[in-house]
Amino acid sequence: MSSKPSSSQPVVNRRTFLKGIGTSAVAVASVQVGAMAEEINKAAGPGPQGPGAVPITLSINGEKMNFQLEPRVTLLDALRNHAPLTGTKEVCDRATCGACSVLIDGKLTYSCMKLAIEAQGHEITTIEGLAKNGELSPVQQAFVECDALMCGFCTPGLVMAATSLLASNPKPTVADIKRGCSGNLCRCGTYPHVIKAVLKASGAAVPETSVMIQ
Amino acid sequence: MAGWPNPSTVLGKAATRVDGPAKVTGQAKYAYDVQPAGWLYGMILRSKWPAAKVTKIDLTKAQSMPGVKAAILAGGDQRTVRYYGQELAAVAATTKQQCLDAIRAIEVTAEPLPFVVKEDDAIKPDSPRVFDKTPNLSDPKLEENGKVDAAMAQAAAVCEAELRTQIQLHHPLETHGNTISVQGDHVTAWASTQGVFSVRDGLAGNLGVPQSNVQVICDYMGGGFGAKFGPGAHGGIAAQLSKAAGAPVKLMLNRLEQGLAVGNRPSSIQKLKFAADKDGKLLAADIENYGSPGVGGGGQTAGGGGGSNIAMPYIYGFPNSRTKQFGVALNTGAASAFRAPGHPPASFSTESMMDELAVKLGIDPVEFRLKNDGNEIRRREFQEGAKRFGWAEKYKKPGSSPGPIKTGVGCAGGGWGGGGGGTKAEVQINPDGTVEVRCGTQDLGTGSRTVVAIVAAEAFGLHPNDIKVKIGDTNLPPSGGSGGSSTTASISPAIWDTCQKALAALQQQTGVTDARGANWEGACRKLGINPLTANGEWQKGLSSSGAGGVNFAEVEVDTETGFVRLKKIVAVHDCGLIVNPLATTSQVNGGVVSGIGYALYEERVMDRQTGLLLNINFDSYKIPNIADMPDIEVVLIDLPERGVIGIGEPAVIPVAGAIANAVANAIGVRVHSLPITPAKVLAALGKVPNVSRV
Repeated sequence: MSSKPSSSQPVVNRRTFLKGIGTSAVAVASVQVGAMAEEINKAAGPGPQGPGAVPITLSINGEKMNFQLEPRVTLLDALRNHAPLTGTKEVCDRATCGACSVLIDGKLTYSCMKLAIEAQGHEITTIEGLAKNGELSPVQQAFVECDALMCGFCTPGLVMAATSLLASNPKPTVADIKRGCSGNLCRCGTYPHVIKAVLKASGAAVPETSVMIQ
Repeated sequence: MAGWPNPSTVLGKAATRVDGPAKVTGQAKYAYDVQPAGWLYGMILRSKWPAAKVTKIDLTKAQSMPGVKAAILAGGDQRTVRYYGQELAAVAATTKQQCLDAIRAIEVTAEPLPFVVKEDDAIKPDSPRVFDKTPNLSDPKLEENGKVDAAMAQAAAVCEAELRTQIQLHHPLETHGNTISVQGDHVTAWASTQGVFSVRDGLAGNLGVPQSNVQVICDYMGGGFGAKFGPGAHGGIAAQLSKAAGAPVKLMLNRLEQGLAVGNRPSSIQKLKFAADKDGKLLAADIENYGSPGVGGGGQTAGGGGGSNIAMPYIYGFPNSRTKQFGVALNTGAASAFRAPGHPPASFSTESMMDELAVKLGIDPVEFRLKNDGNEIRRREFQEGAKRFGWAEKYKKPGSSPGPIKTGVGCAGGGWGGGGGGTKAEVQINPDGTVEVRCGTQDLGTGSRTVVAIVAAEAFGLHPNDIKVKIGDTNLPPSGGSGGSSTTASISPAIWDTCQKALAALQQQTGVTDARGANWEGACRKLGINPLTANGEWQKGLSSSGAGGVNFAEVEVDTETGFVRLKKIVAVHDCGLIVNPLATTSQVNGGVVSGIGYALYEERVMDRQTGLLLNINFDSYKIPNIADMPDIEVVLIDLPERGVIGIGEPAVIPVAGAIANAVANAIGVRVHSLPITPAKVLAALGKVPNVSRV
């Protein structure tokens, strides 16, 4: 084993990397990755960066922030541990849960699947950027009022997903909400109240689904 | 002492969470988020073998890697490891990437040993042994009441079946872990935990420091379903890394580690024979259960014994019963408590058998349960649920739904103990009228922090948002761990007692006859310069135990694809005095959602050939998604005269049984194991071979 096995790893987009590995055996994959990384580097333009830390500038919630990061650092890692803006949550780190969702130029994105270096030159909005002057956004307010949160660990991601959904579809149906929020997992089981909260934030009538009797 | 006020002004009324804004803005700080000055990442190297004799672990290279501040062994460097994922060594470094590099640089020499990861294999006499000196199959735990064989002989209907439940993983979204700072013999730990005091005591023992020198903080935590007690092996490792590095260490597990090494719901293989007389009265149950707690349970000496027993016979009155329970050791991570331990598998199997008997006897399944359930509240729940669900109109003979997509309905019940105790609290009333309530409990997302605010607000005639609540800290008055649906029943009486004492003291000191509500600020101003403090504790008479619940489920099953679509769940529950109907509804929704995963999607899959976990992350370990949601109707029966009782466990228990019965009702044949996957549905219909046990 080399003393720095991954330091020789060039800039590579994690999603392509994982896709490239596919179901092949790891030994074959490492050959593949080398070849693939070379391709990517050729296409990348400014030439190889790293493996050491390089200067990276990100625009987060309207503010320019400067970092010294290894190119392999994900946007999620940069946000949480270097900005540090810990509202964006790390849960699966493999694009399966949505807890790390942020908006990049308004588009809902899993920040665990984006390298920080790739996010340069784009406008990043995190959960910390939604409330203005201490006022909750309508989605945030609706989440509180409908109790669409329990432990709260999925909540920032779901709030981002709901915000993104309403930006493109201001009057979603329940089916639209289910589709729009289906990239976000919750383990406490807040989904029924999330549906209500998004309806409420859209100004629609919210059905009562719970009754207390004596 | 006086009971709960009746009528009440805040108690029992829907209240939004006092910490809702902190959670929706990302301001809430979890153990995962805390970043004390100079903090390091911690990471664990785990066994890649399901069983092996480790002869050497060389940390030399790792220690000299860039950014590495500590590299330690987790246990000896010469020992036997018994499951994939067992801790071997650990590193602390400045960045996550440096940790990953250093972990790869640790050299482990080991001889792989034979292993077994499937229950059916482990039971065979020639199977590799998980523990050298004991067989994998434990001696049975036997319980017998009445005369089972004689009763069976007289029965009008007997049903026999083998029902299986899978190993389910907790997968809270915040993985297990801690951020720990060891400075000399003083320790501060930010823990994702269900019990701050259990973490404190564990760390004190691990480090050999006085408990009073350890402060554990859990301001927010990202979900706990039974396995987050104590610091865990990873907590001890984080503490040792911090000690070695001389800096705080954050060691949060990744999703793979979460699935390997920090607990799971044990499996069950249940061989059941139930009998009833012609009038539909249950006569007897003959029960054999083989469950696996992995390497847990009895440990070295007892094989797999204990740790996997289930609550059989379940809820219905069996005048005669025989229960034999075996533990099966496997080379897999140990089981732990998981929301209502022992109950969901018992409810699933019992309710499956109840429906089979009802069909055989020609009795309506709800009617059959009403004849045999001795619990008056749950009988009411079956009746109430049936009415709201439309059972009489919806229930049809099994398999009689026309067309390829078949509709079916089912019901099931559950029961749980719960109960409270062991909690102290303190309240401080300031001259400006502000109130701080302090209690060393923790909020797992259940809404405990808001419960504290509600009870205090009720006592003082204020709004819950007027109360500053401090919880989740071992420097606060002690409270127990949050498990077994005991938190609300523990803290509500303690807060009430404390606030009543504070109110009495305030009124006495200031001469204000009734300081509550509109008089509050005026009375507090009369305190002068010194705040008033009062202490109190849990008192009898304000809480009790014993909560039941029933579920009704409606499904559509596509007999061509085997896919089960949930249409509707009606969940009827009681939990005594309902402190906050809004958060209680969330808890019931949460139980239903968790139960849906158990019924239809979730299963830890180990590879027989390699002994490794195959479904590592949420792409392959499927938990319910918002798109899977049926209409869920929650019916809460408020019984204030019973005092406060918990709801966490009861909410999950009857879900899988109701869904399984609805599927069987739809397709006319039963899927005998959870989760009810499309492959199993098609196999039950005879359309594909049964491959579920390969």
